[in-house]
Amino acid sequence: MRAADLATASILILLGGVVVLDSLRIGIGWGTDGPRAGFFPFWLGVILIFASVTIGMQAWHRATDKPFVTRARLGPVLKVLWPATLMVVLITPLGLYVASALYLGFYMRWVGRHSWLAVILCAIGVPLVTFVVFELWFLVPMPKGPLETWLGY
Amino acid sequence: MGLENLLHGFQIAVTPFNLFVAVLGITLGTIIGVLPGLGGANGVAILLPLTFTMPPTSAIILLTSLYWGALFGGAITSVLFNIPGEPWSVATTFDGYPLARQGQGGQALTAAFSSSFVGAFFSIVLITFFAPLLAEIALRFGPPEFFAIQLLTFSSFIGLGGGAPLKSLVSIVLGFILAAVGLDVVTGQLRMTFGFVDLMKGFDFIVAVIGLFGIGEILLSVEEGLSFKGASTGMNLRVVLDTWKTLPRYARTFVRGAFIGFWMGFKPGGATPASFMSYAFAKRFSKHPERFGKGEIEGVIAPETAAHAAGVAAILPMITLGIPGSPTAAVMLGGLIIWGLQPGPLLFTEKPDFVWGLIASMYTGNLIGVLMVLAFVPFFAAILRIPFAILTPLIVVVCAIGSYAVHNSMIDIWYMLIFGAVGYVFKKLDYPLAPLVLALVLGDLAENALRQSLIMSQGSLAIFLNRPIAGVITAAAIFFFVLPVLTPWWRRVRGASVPASRRT
Repeated sequence: MRAADLATASILILLGGVVVLDSLRIGIGWGTDGPRAGFFPFWLGVILIFASVTIGMQAWHRATDKPFVTRARLGPVLKVLWPATLMVVLITPLGLYVASALYLGFYMRWVGRHSWLAVILCAIGVPLVTFVVFELWFLVPMPKGPLETWLGY
Repeated sequence: MGLENLLHGFQIAVTPFNLFVAVLGITLGTIIGVLPGLGGANGVAILLPLTFTMPPTSAIILLTSLYWGALFGGAITSVLFNIPGEPWSVATTFDGYPLARQGQGGQALTAAFSSSFVGAFFSIVLITFFAPLLAEIALRFGPPEFFAIQLLTFSSFIGLGGGAPLKSLVSIVLGFILAAVGLDVVTGQLRMTFGFVDLMKGFDFIVAVIGLFGIGEILLSVEEGLSFKGASTGMNLRVVLDTWKTLPRYARTFVRGAFIGFWMGFKPGGATPASFMSYAFAKRFSKHPERFGKGEIEGVIAPETAAHAAGVAAILPMITLGIPGSPTAAVMLGGLIIWGLQPGPLLFTEKPDFVWGLIASMYTGNLIGVLMVLAFVPFFAAILRIPFAILTPLIVVVCAIGSYAVHNSMIDIWYMLIFGAVGYVFKKLDYPLAPLVLALVLGDLAENALRQSLIMSQGSLAIFLNRPIAGVITAAAIFFFVLPVLTPWWRRVRGASVPASRRT
């Protein structure tokens, strides 16, 4: 927990530094017609650095308690994260509906070990319902791929 | 005059289409409230793109109904599954779950829904009468007053939020920084884009809400190991009527809870402390405090009344001042801006149809809501029996769709994933997420108010203290900001004086 706290605080301090530098670049003082564009972000950056340094110091002085996350518990989290990332990658070439069908099917089979019948029904049914709701009913277009083109959408 | 407006509002809210929208919103909202990883804020965020083509009044009715549904849905999971869907449902689990385990789930749920309705109704009545007054006062506000109110909003997160004050501060500042990324509308300069074209558009709060609350929450619940071992509902008309007969006994608890809820609720982050406070008061004034925590019906009534009253009260500052009292209200405020409405006191004079339609729909929405959840509890509870290997990817897909739909841009889905990971880490390290979202929504408004005030005063910060209204609000804000520093000091002083007084 302490290491995670320190790491987060360090990242936030870095971020604050970036914000302060960028604000200095565009000017933090008084322009011709009021405060310049960097005025507000500059002070935000300063507060961020100040608060994160204090949080970091408090974390440093605290005895290490429980770990941030145990290895056994991190597994399920990653099992959600990386297939989700893969799905987002696949949206560009395949379109959202096909990508989500693959993702749903994969996750159900791999983590849930559901029967192939259930997997196929859900993987086809859910994107079909979203297609009807978003594309046809509310006219909100989603990214589409070759399959939708082939079907004429 | 207020009643006349309200009647006019009912004519708008009680059309077949708007009633249908309310039923749809409550159904979806209850489902969202029941599902882990989806709460009021990101449910509203995901559905927001669907409302772009609707008339604004129907759109806000859909979103507020969704919110009521989510509030009711939170009670279902708390009582039956011991899983608080939202932080303010935590206190409901204390007595709700034991009751459900003893086979009195029906009574507990009836009490929870009824007290939710009572709390909400109380707040709506107060909003009906106070909102026009508050809006009238707010009409005289200038930029310094608005900035002072923003300060007060964020200071109450630090002073009353209950978490680590510095982490709340970081969360607020991060939200403001994210809001500042992109084109500065006043000077036309690019800020913090570092040459990336994608950063020019800045970060959309809807995507942030979906990522932080939706994806972040699902990661957390997966890590904790989802296991829904629910008690059965045991709900039928007989149980409902029998429970209703006992409720008048708790009239005092209802009134106390509603007052606490309203009072805490129109300040940001108020619903959670309100529910705990109401629970604590009910326990203190009870004749049988020892029964609390083991299945006392009053322990369900007290927090539910307060939480729902607070949830409704959060709408008050949103429509009168343009400053939301909760993350969900913040998303709705973002909706108002997208629909082309200027949130704030002018709404009452310029869009009376919208405002009074909304207020009237709060009455109808909550009434429809309580009847619907009472009737369909088993159906909603059954949702949690869907295997989690289906629910998890389903929620991720729904979140991705919602993020994409905001601007039809792929980059937003990536932002959603990143915000999800950040939300997971922040939640684990006790950085509160609500202030970040509020700051992201209010960033531009707050910065403009600050700049205009400074232009008025030629750069002097004294303007926030010189003007009478702004001065009082700023003073209150400063008080809340230093409260975390003062409290330990005050305790030390008192701790030192108590033994001294005992000696004499």
